Amino acid sequence: MADKTRARERGTPCEIRAEGLRVRAGNGEILKGITLAARQGEIVSIIGPAGAGKTTFLRCLDRMAELDLDLAVEGRVLLDGCPVEEFNVAALRRQVGMVFSVPTPLPMTVYENLVFGISLVAGGRDRFDEQVEKALRAACLWDEMKDRLNEPARNLSGGQQQRLCLARSLALEPRVLLLDEPCSGLDPISTAKIELALQELKQRLAVILVTNNVKQAARASDRTAFFLFGELIEVGPTQRLFTTPTDPRTSDYITGRFG
Amino acid sequence: MADRTRIVGGAFQALCILACTLIVLMLAVILGNILIHGLGTVTPSFLTKAPESGMTGGGIFPAIFGTFALVVLMTIAVIPLGVATAIYMHEYAPKRSRLVHVVRLAIQNLAGVPAIVFGLFGLGFFIEFIGRGMDRVLYGGELVYGQPAIVWAALTLALLTMPTVVVATEEALRAIPQGYREVAYSLGATRWQMIRRVVLPQAVGGILTGGILAVSRGAGEVAPVMFTGAAYFLPELPTRLNSQFMELGYHVYVMTTQSPDVEATKPILYATVLVLLALTFLLNFSAIMIRAQVRKRMRHGR
Repeated sequence: MADKTRARERGTPCEIRAEGLRVRAGNGEILKGITLAARQGEIVSIIGPAGAGKTTFLRCLDRMAELDLDLAVEGRVLLDGCPVEEFNVAALRRQVGMVFSVPTPLPMTVYENLVFGISLVAGGRDRFDEQVEKALRAACLWDEMKDRLNEPARNLSGGQQQRLCLARSLALEPRVLLLDEPCSGLDPISTAKIELALQELKQRLAVILVTNNVKQAARASDRTAFFLFGELIEVGPTQRLFTTPTDPRTSDYITGRFG
Repeated sequence: MADRTRIVGGAFQALCILACTLIVLMLAVILGNILIHGLGTVTPSFLTKAPESGMTGGGIFPAIFGTFALVVLMTIAVIPLGVATAIYMHEYAPKRSRLVHVVRLAIQNLAGVPAIVFGLFGLGFFIEFIGRGMDRVLYGGELVYGQPAIVWAALTLALLTMPTVVVATEEALRAIPQGYREVAYSLGATRWQMIRRVVLPQAVGGILTGGILAVSRGAGEVAPVMFTGAAYFLPELPTRLNSQFMELGYHVYVMTTQSPDVEATKPILYATVLVLLALTFLLNFSAIMIRAQVRKRMRHGR
């Protein structure tokens, strides 16, 4: 807690890092020792076929994996150099935002959704409106939402809902943003808006983008990691990974020969 | 072949319609019978007076009031207990917990226990054990709580109706998408905040449904209250938790079996049954109205 606050005051760049992360479920191993970091100023995308462990990896970073008692997690996850176990879990999740693959607005108004996270900690109620506007602007949603704040969030289109979920995470001003296939069900225009928002956001925080869409990784990320059956096969600058992959499995996957 | 199928199909449909009609007819006969024989006796004075001349005259106000008070006390006891049990089982206990399995089995069995057994349990546990114990410890052996009383009858009824509330609440909790819980956690909610802000508002409708079912079940039961607090005849109303009380169902029972003048009590009997039915419907109806109101307020985005 204290370390994290100091890191923010010092203006240290945000960083999330996994070291030798292993996850076992029953007899199977979902992650087989992953070491991967994302820093402020870059978007790291994770690609790989279904069952590669991409979602599980994300869920270890904000300790959501703990909710599933069948999972045994080993290895270290560090937020700004501090092991995530040392954080209060609720405080950690305020620092590490998550956007899920299915847009999940809570059954409340747009405004209530946006202030849900910030209203869980006492105080600061007078700044809510300001924070809501800032978060909506960052998610490229302000113009569409400014007159609809008191509508039920379910009335929004799918793309708007997903950007609302993005804004809802941003309202907490996290250090890290995790996105789990955020555009899987969205139209190209909504997708483009989210990608645009991410390019701005990476200046302020570290972004990890899990995507099923190889083209999106190529378009929107600075570094790309390729997961296969729980292993990190290859990670490198997106440009390099897509033009000259070092591992034959990577080139097979990105050219669509399997997965 | 096609003809045969059509005939069998038609016959089956006819049978279904017949069964349905039969049930409606039976209900109509029962209600009609009660209405015809009872309606004439239900006058304002019948509803507001105490019984007179050995149950052959007067009204049934103490029984109406007693039933109402009993159901209210029962609801106060059963809703928190049942809802808390369901929330523990669904939100707190680890998945596949053996304890939860046992508790769930116990609750299912509880739902199958005959009402008279609850009555005897109430007598043995609440009155003899808890009530007498309280008297010994708090009142120096004086008889205060160690006797049939409205509080013991209400608690006995609460036990009887608890499975209904637990099952309805669990259903409501199960219907809430898991994604809502994960979103709440991911935004930094503790488990209590998640339950308070996301789960409970969504479950209120289901919880109230359970309450409605419990109320309509509890209001008509005789067996659990006959040993634990219902009285044959009391001119005054229950004013304290340890008062005895008159209850409509029990009143019907005593007038049927123990009346000194069967012919004279007959119209009163019919009228009492009518009032009992009306009161149950009224309790049901008001609970449904409350639920509709709550649902309307909760509708945001659903």
